[in-house]
Amino acid sequence: MAKLRVGVVSPEREIWSGEADMVIAKTVDGEIGIMPQHAPVLGVLVEGGVLRVKREGEPELVAAVHGGFISVADDEVSVLAEVAELGSEVDVAAARDALDRAQASIEANQEDADAAIEAKRARARLRAAGEEV
Amino acid sequence: MGAQLRLLRRRINSVKSTAKITRAQELIASSRIVRAQQRMQAALPYEREITRAVTGVVSNAASVDHPLTVAKENPAKAGVLIVTSDSGFCGGFNANVLREAEALRGLLESRGMTVVPFVTGRKGVTWHTFRNREMGGSWVGFSRKPAYADAKEIAGVLIDSFKDENGIDEIHIVSTEFVSMLTQNVVVKRVLPLEVEETEATESTAIPPYFEFEPTAGDVLESLLPRYVESRIFTALLQSAASEEAARRRAMKSATDNANELMRVLTQQMNQARQAEITQEISEIVGGANALADAAAGKE
Repeated sequence: MAKLRVGVVSPEREIWSGEADMVIAKTVDGEIGIMPQHAPVLGVLVEGGVLRVKREGEPELVAAVHGGFISVADDEVSVLAEVAELGSEVDVAAARDALDRAQASIEANQEDADAAIEAKRARARLRAAGEEV
Repeated sequence: MGAQLRLLRRRINSVKSTAKITRAQELIASSRIVRAQQRMQAALPYEREITRAVTGVVSNAASVDHPLTVAKENPAKAGVLIVTSDSGFCGGFNANVLREAEALRGLLESRGMTVVPFVTGRKGVTWHTFRNREMGGSWVGFSRKPAYADAKEIAGVLIDSFKDENGIDEIHIVSTEFVSMLTQNVVVKRVLPLEVEETEATESTAIPPYFEFEPTAGDVLESLLPRYVESRIFTALLQSAASEEAARRRAMKSATDNANELMRVLTQQMNQARQAEITQEISEIVGGANALADAAAGKE
């Protein structure tokens, strides 16, 4: 079966690239699963989403992706993220800290949009690291 | 020791310590270029992908009108982003950028536009404040190691001003492009209204695939275009950072070479002065001894 060529890039570096069988990402319209032979798609990703890359015979690759795009054409999948982090690179304690802090400031001020985004990001990072949130 | 000799010795010492400093600066700059180049390389995949995505959207959604892609009919105000360095010691680096920016200003003004400069880098900001030029925005402190957040901030200000009715109608970037360790060129690029640049000429011949959009073409463009502008500014900042270090390395190298040459000339002069002093002393002693001998001979 044909494989997908996947590249996960952020402005400052290439995070991961390689072959995969399936990519699952969360766009503003909902989750989208990409398999080989998928029609060309350009989608906007949500803030604080989790990207899953399934590979045969290897453990699933999970990354926290904050904002950005996914573009699919000719079995090439590029994920352009403003900020992205592989699950294995996440500092769990730091992410938990960030989540606690963000939640505290949300409780203090309901309209704190920055804190809401902060909390979303922290949750995505924890989920990418395989932690329960 | 003669006064001249002492003076020369002091000058040689001061030139020697200057040479030490410039040599160190040269070495620091050399190692920084490598790191700046690595950062440039690391940013390439993102820039390539986002350019491809923008090309894809624009080419198969020709009907999509977006404020960022449409040229205004009578552009009255142009924003120019001038990318300079924070620190000096880099030869003509900043002067070249500012000269090019002045030329662009002249060109735009001859078309009846007013020019609003946006400046990054302490040197460019100082240049503008010294001449009492009003700036649309200024950013300092990151010329050596720009982060994406810096580019995002700059792009935010520029795009807001662009969307504003009374704001700017065009955005140009004047920055230095890093070609190689030896060659850096000042380039002027128009960023908005959008001109999609092909990263590779071969790509333009392939027909871009027909994309589906998630959720809609307009929405994708809405969030894609600002990212594209950010990416362009980020690239300009990174290239400028690498060019700055390359220019600094070259300036420091010629300063070190000059200091070494000066040291050679001064050492020669010093040796001459010392030799002249010794010769004079000998002839004085000989003259004195002769005079004593003559006096003694006269007595007898």
